[in-house]
Amino acid sequence: MHKEESLDTGVHGAIGLEKFSYDNKIVRDFAIATMVWGIVGMLVGLLIAFQIYIPALNFNLQYTTFSRIRPLHTNAVIFAFVGNAIFMGVYYSLQRLCKARMFSDLLSKINFWGWQLIILCAALTLPLGITTSKEYAELEWPIDILITLVWVVFAINMFGTIIRRREKHMYVAIWFYIATVVTVAVLHIVNSIEMPVTFLKSYSVYAGVQDALVQWWYGHNAVAFFLTTPFLGLMYYYLPKAANRPVYSYKLSIVHFWVLIFIYIWAGPHHLL
Amino acid sequence: MSVILVLIGFSLLIAASFLFAFIWAVKTGQYDDSYTPSVRILFDNKTINNKTINNKTINNKTINSKNINENEKV
Repeated sequence: MHKEESLDTGVHGAIGLEKFSYDNKIVRDFAIATMVWGIVGMLVGLLIAFQIYIPALNFNLQYTTFSRIRPLHTNAVIFAFVGNAIFMGVYYSLQRLCKARMFSDLLSKINFWGWQLIILCAALTLPLGITTSKEYAELEWPIDILITLVWVVFAINMFGTIIRRREKHMYVAIWFYIATVVTVAVLHIVNSIEMPVTFLKSYSVYAGVQDALVQWWYGHNAVAFFLTTPFLGLMYYYLPKAANRPVYSYKLSIVHFWVLIFIYIWAGPHHLL
Repeated sequence: MSVILVLIGFSLLIAASFLFAFIWAVKTGQYDDSYTPSVRILFDNKTINNKTINNKTINNKTINSKNINENEKV
């Protein structure tokens, strides 16, 4: 008992040091979602892989034909599995790198449930054949708008946390997160501009070669800024933490980021060659 | 192919905004020290052991274990 009292006085009693807490619950929630959607997405992938060899596995149903559930698989793995993994890693590491709790618990919750809602919408619409037919951007316009809104919530939450950080230096991982948030927003909006015909049908404003060029500018950079930059950031945090030693050259990691951000976005058209 | 101008425009917009961010970072001294930040991330803040002080009244205040879990700024 005596020990406890002295701890209190020493840590946040007499000296009056600041006390704050990290939001670990949201990290756990995203971790659970990552695992659940990872299993679901990969099982669907397994099914379509079997369908190539045993076509009868489409069960003679329009909802389970290869063409409808292949985008379900890619969307589930990229946006549900990897997406939730990004949020999990960013929500965990950003708080520790900034020495601050996430900007808003409410925004964190909206980010979480909004993202799960988007996934649910994708899982319902794609087997029903509701699609824009743009690869990795198949979701129809109401879901596109929902994605934009949830992404903006994530952006506000992230920038708010960065602004309120207690650590002056922005560790290189944070820069990779910023690149992800900003660039994915731009890519998604530019590629998804479409004319709605009905509630669940729209046509891209671009046509023909123009559409192809925009689509693969998006497609390339979706891989670049959704599957690559967030995980480069996460690796710059988790690998040194796991090894309990700093990266070999922090200077090189800074050069890495600034070189990447100025060059990476230009490389889309190689998907069309 | 004229849409390539739109794409170049948006790409330049992103590049330009990050160029400003880079200039800001350098001018405000973000990169004055390019070694110790990599070491400092290895040290997390001190955690108060929940088991010893969980829900005990200390200095007339009840400390909720949830609020101080792995989070002390020391």
